[in-house]
Parts: sequence; C-alpha cells; structure tokens
Amino acid sequence: MFEMTPTIMRNFIGKRATRRYPYVVRPAFENARGVIYNDIRSCTFCGVCAAKCPSQCITVDKKAATWSCNPSACVYCGVCAESCLSGSLQQKCDYRKPVQEKEVIFLRGEINNNHNIPMAMKNE
Amino acid sequence: MSKTIIPFGPQHPVLPEPVHLKLTLEDEVITEAIPAFGFVHRGLEKLAEIRDFHQMIYVVERICGICSMIHAMCYCQGIEELMGIEVPPRARFLRVIWSELHRIHSHLLWLGLFADSFGFESLFMQCWKIREKILDIDEATTGNRIIISVCVIGGMRKDISPEHVNWILSELKDVEREIKRLETTIMTDYTVMKRTVGKGVLTGKQAYELGLVGPTLRASGIAQDMRMLGYAAFNEINFEPVVETDGDCYARCKVRFRETLQSIDLIRQAIAKLPEGELAVKAKGRPEGEVISRVEQPRGEVFYYIKANGKKNLERLRVRTPTFANVPALLAMLPGMWLSDVPVIVLSIDPCISCTER
Repeated sequence: MFEMTPTIMRNFIGKRATRRYPYVVRPAFENARGVIYNDIRSCTFCGVCAAKCPSQCITVDKKAATWSCNPSACVYCGVCAESCLSGSLQQKCDYRKPVQEKEVIFLRGEINNNHNIPMAMKNE
Repeated sequence: MSKTIIPFGPQHPVLPEPVHLKLTLEDEVITEAIPAFGFVHRGLEKLAEIRDFHQMIYVVERICGICSMIHAMCYCQGIEELMGIEVPPRARFLRVIWSELHRIHSHLLWLGLFADSFGFESLFMQCWKIREKILDIDEATTGNRIIISVCVIGGMRKDISPEHVNWILSELKDVEREIKRLETTIMTDYTVMKRTVGKGVLTGKQAYELGLVGPTLRASGIAQDMRMLGYAAFNEINFEPVVETDGDCYARCKVRFRETLQSIDLIRQAIAKLPEGELAVKAKGRPEGEVISRVEQPRGEVFYYIKANGKKNLERLRVRTPTFANVPALLAMLPGMWLSDVPVIVLSIDPCISCTER
C-alpha cells in the first residue's frame, strides 16, 4: 500500500496525462504531411506528379487541362509536391477531415494561358 | 486421454494481427501446434512488375506498419549496391537515427502488447504513452508518424535541423527516464515473473537449428545481429548486441527492454557524430543484376532479394521477413505448455503477420 501512495498523490497533484481532445486540439507539426493542394491557375499540366505517384491516385489530362486526385487512394508520401516543376502542387500540414463518401478532387484549368497550351494544340 | 483441437485465432483478443493456430490439446496441455497464414496477403511483391523501382520504395515501406523505414532502407541499400551508388555520410547517419527510432517505438509497442497478453493493462498503457513521444519525434522531423518515407535511392529525402537535434536529445532524455521507471515493474513484478519465467524455453542449440533471428535468437544466448555487418553507419558507432541466455519469455522480454535503452544510446552516438554534407546523390541509370540485402529489424533479420534487368521495373523482388523465420520457434515452444500460456508465448516472438504475408 505504501508503495502505491506516492504514485496516487502524484496523480492527484500532477497535470492530466491526456489532452481533452475535442476541446483541445494539438496543432499540426510544421512539416507534417497532410492534404495535397493544387493551385490550378499555375499548374502546367506536365503530368510529373501523376507519373511519380506510387499509388497512382493523380490523373492529369494535358489536352483538356484537367487535374484530378483521389484522396482516398493517396498515401501522403509527398513525392508529387516535391517533384512539382511549377510549384503549384503543395502539401499542407493539416490532416484530411473524415468524410462519409469517397470523392475525387477534380480541377479544370484554363487552356488559353500561353504556358498552359499543350504543344499539340499550339501546332494546330 | 482424448484429444481436443482448439482453433486459436485468426481473430483473438491477444493477437494484433490475424494468424491461425490449430492447437491439439490433451487435457489442458498442448501436444501440437500448426500455424496457418494467408489472411492478410496483399501481393506487394508482385507490384514490382507494374511500379518502377523508385515507386517501389513507398510500396515496400507499406509491407510493415511498424518498422516501415527499415524495409525502405533495406530495399534502397540493395538498389544502391546494384547501381554502384555511394550514399553520403550524413544520409548514412540519418538512416541510423530513424531506424533506431523505429526500433524503440516497435519495442515499446511490443512491451505494451506483451503486458496486455497477461492482463497487465496499466503497463500496456504506460509503454504506449512513452511510445507517443517517439512518434512525435518522427512526425516533427519527417512529417509522418510511422510510415515516414524518408529513404530514397542514393540517400535521404529529409534532413534533421540543428533545432530538431536539440529537441530530440531532450525528448530522448525524458523517454529514457520514463522507460527506466518501468524497469523494476518489467523486471521484478510478481505478475510478470509468474507468467513469463520458464515459459517457452529454447536452448541456444535449438534456436540456432530452427534458424531463428533477432531478439528470439539473442535471448537464447546467440549474439547474432545484422547491425554487426556495419550497414548504414553502424560500422562507425559502438555497437554490441544484447544477449540473454535463459531462452524463455522473460529473457526475450529482457532483450527487447535492454535494446530499447541501447537504441537511445545509438541515436545519441549517431547525433554526436552526425557529419555535415549533402543528403543524397542522384541515382542515374537503371539497376541491373541481382543482389541480397540484409538489415536488422526490431524483430530480427530482414532479407531482400532483388533481381533487375536494366528496365524500369524490377524482374523479381523477394522479401523474407523475421516473423517468417521465427514461426518454427512457436512450433517448438508450444508443445508441453498450458493453454493459458499460449498468448504469452505467441507474443514473445513478436509476430508481425502483415510482414510475413506481404
């Protein structure tokens, strides 16, 4: 009994061992690998992210200037954001919120920007 | 006496992952144990045919959900050997730091699960509480808690900043103090001793002949550790394998407990010697030839066989994980034991089934 007493007293006086979660949320670490964000205005649709993705969750259509990502298939390795040539693809430090239905992120860019015009269309 | 056959698993409260054991009993004493696998097979080796060899790093990392970084390191080592790449010194030391962090959190997880297997719930909670600090270090330095994806062919993707180094050292000090607080409980508590001492004894000769690896082998008195090969930067830091001689569940528990403290020391040594310099060299070309790469995981030796033919995809990738080598130990240990000792003995080899089945 006397062995336990100091532990019990320490637990009475000491602070809580756990966080009161829904009310107190730990801020994410600075370089935590969270959701992927694509700034479609500066995206060149080069397709490097889609080629490098190990889970093949990104699809890029250069002709139609579309970029889509299936966040449920994403493994948050961060390779796409690291290899993005135009710097439009970024990885934020916040985690993805839970969802009830799986949905695909579908983004359409403008083709009329000079640098966005796919080579094939330029020739036409 | 008539025989009874009892299925143990694949779903059992004590098992973290699905494995089935067909136990033949006479009264309450086990006479035979036959394991069955195949509940979590994912076919990750086959993926080598459709993912290129750079993408495979992230696939092999997902073979194990606990010692993921060590899988990636083993794979990268193999490919680097094939391509003749020399990894920069800083990257080699960073590999030691992160692989030892993985060893600490894996052993703490196991200590918790082991305590849980004989119903010591508060010890389970304490071990996992300490483990959380290690996961925080992983997340702050790499971005993810467990599957940290830092290894690339030719070096590392992430670096540890000087501020992080100081923070890691102070956190490790806390972790060490808290682990040492558990020492008397784990080593001398009546409950722990009663359930582990003399259970599932394997002699050194038996362990060697069964081809065991890792802490299961070292608890039987054989000093075999792949870190002695000096991969990554282990040749530049002082390292002695932890060995116990009793060969029972208690000895295996002691080996893992002492290895946790040893890993903290190894991280400190690696941080003290961490050289400046580049993180990675560029991997040009494609691998060709075949190679065997071996590293020490928390559970023992992991073995990668890589065969490449100069194309984007590997021709063959074969992984032999430590649990696969340690399953024969179960078949030798279980006969003659009581049914109530099965959870403790099964967990004493630290089974990682998703590794084994891939």
